[in-house]
Amino acid sequence: MSLNVETPIVSTASAPQPLRLIDDTGHAVTDDAGGFTLPDADTLLGLYRQMVVARRFDVQVTALTRQGRLATYPSALGQEACEIAAVASLAPGDWLFPTYRDSIALLTRGVKPEDILASFRGEWHSGYDQYEHRIAPQATPLATQALHAVGLATASKLKRDSTVALALLGDGATSEGDAHEAFNFAAVWQAPVVFVVQNNQFAISVPLDKQMHCRTIADKAIGYGMPGFYVDGNDVAAMYAVTSAAVERARTGGGPTLVEGLTYRMEAHTNSDDPSRYRTAGDVEVWRRRDPIERLETYLVSIGALDDRVQASIREEAEDLAAATRECMTRPVQVDPLELFDHVYASPRPALAEQRAFLSAELAEHAALADQASATPSSSTTPPSSTTHSSSTTHSSSTTHSGAHA
Amino acid sequence: MTLQSMAPPVGARPPAALTMAAALNAAIQDSMRDDPTVVLFGEDVGPLGGVFRVTDGLYAEFGETRVSDSPLAESGIVGTAIGMAIYGLRPVVEMQFDAFSYPAFEQIVSHLAKMRNRTRGRISLPIVIRIPYAGDIGGVEHHSDSSEAYWTATPGLTVVSPSNPADAYSMLREAIASDDPVIFMEPKSRYWMKAELALPVQTAPMNTAVVLREGTDVTLIAYGPTVKTALATAELATAEGLSIEVIDLRSLSPFDDATVGASLRKTSRAAVVHEAAQFGGYGAEVAARLTERNFFHLAAPILRITGFDIPYPSPKLEEYFLPTPDRILAALGTWEWS
Repeated sequence: MSLNVETPIVSTASAPQPLRLIDDTGHAVTDDAGGFTLPDADTLLGLYRQMVVARRFDVQVTALTRQGRLATYPSALGQEACEIAAVASLAPGDWLFPTYRDSIALLTRGVKPEDILASFRGEWHSGYDQYEHRIAPQATPLATQALHAVGLATASKLKRDSTVALALLGDGATSEGDAHEAFNFAAVWQAPVVFVVQNNQFAISVPLDKQMHCRTIADKAIGYGMPGFYVDGNDVAAMYAVTSAAVERARTGGGPTLVEGLTYRMEAHTNSDDPSRYRTAGDVEVWRRRDPIERLETYLVSIGALDDRVQASIREEAEDLAAATRECMTRPVQVDPLELFDHVYASPRPALAEQRAFLSAELAEHAALADQASATPSSSTTPPSSTTHSSSTTHSSSTTHSGAHA
Repeated sequence: MTLQSMAPPVGARPPAALTMAAALNAAIQDSMRDDPTVVLFGEDVGPLGGVFRVTDGLYAEFGETRVSDSPLAESGIVGTAIGMAIYGLRPVVEMQFDAFSYPAFEQIVSHLAKMRNRTRGRISLPIVIRIPYAGDIGGVEHHSDSSEAYWTATPGLTVVSPSNPADAYSMLREAIASDDPVIFMEPKSRYWMKAELALPVQTAPMNTAVVLREGTDVTLIAYGPTVKTALATAELATAEGLSIEVIDLRSLSPFDDATVGASLRKTSRAAVVHEAAQFGGYGAEVAARLTERNFFHLAAPILRITGFDIPYPSPKLEEYFLPTPDRILAALGTWEWS
């Protein structure tokens, strides 16, 4: 028999059912769930609150992007269970290695909206204090951050610390060589790291069956010699139970774990994407009925843990955050062109000092021309870059751009 | 074993004839003795001591915790080093051969070089990537590349290359102590070059060029493997009555404009010598930069004497590829000498 693309290479075993603790309809699962048990009501209520708040933020930022006020924003709508469970399973001293899609994970870990949006507004590539929050910069090159997580976790192990690293990845990223290298290094070095793969089923437009030919992403863990869990990524109870166990296992010397959360990207990849070219409204509707927040809400109401009063307070918190997010967008973008040179190297470089001086002189010249033009309105002189840089005479440090910069 | 080294503090060593490989070995050893956060890993760097034996004995002294063989994956090596550096370690990693560094290209260019800038200086990555590079050792394919221009074209990296054992020791120690990521390019054809050294030795700062031989007629600019070639050329040239000043760049990024510019303004003629292909090579930057800044001091165009614009050849053909003193002198002879 020749080995061609039609040849079944993998086991013909049917795809496994994802591990779940609360089903699509909001009922607790009574079957065996691999030894995992439902988190208590307080924990679930806390996760619910964080998911509702995170979704409100996500919807707000998507709206701002549609208004053209942000350069781009990759939404995580529909993936709140994976994002919030991952963050909630970490201790304050642990490290998170997120991607561009994981802004709500940053939010949940305490990063202020304005600091999250700094990069999407075009102010700087990463807008928060990585050491304060113990969150690496959001990685854009796929799966590269997984290796950083393994390295940090290994350093923690070498120093005999208890710090755990958690890397967020997408399904498409698991095709990258760095994902393979990260899984392998982590297993060989028994690094205290957890990989949470949010399988939202699309890499921009490409479905998972064009990324891989095995049953699940979690199955791949077997090949590396680490445990892998295939979890209902829209069931925050299951995601939290599994990621928490994985984090605890890592912390106590058990090594790495791969967790796959099966979920769905409800929004477009970014605002420049057109999902109607690769999936139908019907496909999306199927997953809308599996919404992670509605499911948990049904469950919490059914056990009496969520009433109208609590609902109202959560809604208020979410609306306050949305208002704060809109508010921070009214503040002008703050950039200092001369800062461009400040952080590239720890050791000062004469060549960069020269280029900084050049830009400084250019800014001064533009400012002087702008002043001249405003002093003589009839003059035909057009100052260069007059619309971008402040025309004030204070050009030496901070320059204020229009809020519509992006 | 903890990260606290049990080794005695670094002391002066008796003078000895050391190869460049041994000097590099001593630099890593002394850095690891001085600083418990320095860790070493890569392919075959453990019990074997590296394919060039640069890490010989370090596994025995420092143990598995600080010296380890990694899986065979260069992106993984650099990527995990980045994570370790974020957590406060100072990794020294090895790419076994020049061309084997390419799988790590993305981690080096997109993360190692940019992390400090991206995080507004909050995350520094004090990582040294040692790359044995260049040819002239009869290596098979993919073992003789001169890939320095990929790294020098990348803002955020410091790129240096020693040409002799003393610099190898001093520059590697400085590279390991640096808070910036350093691409440390080791000319493998010079690993066995010997010098009498009493370690620890401190030579000129890592980011500076040095005038190795003074001259009045031509400034010959070289680095790494071609420094020896340039010195041999200068020696030969004396027979022709030509006085060549030889500059060892040592640091490719940053470029020492002051030292090189001063020499050029003195001699008014310059040529740059490297093994890498000419087109888009490092010599193009040297020539353009010096011309822009010193045009009215120049008596002739700046020449590049380099490898041809072809892939590095097979062992039996490399002698035709590499710049030689004869080829350099012939190139200098194409100038009009009035």
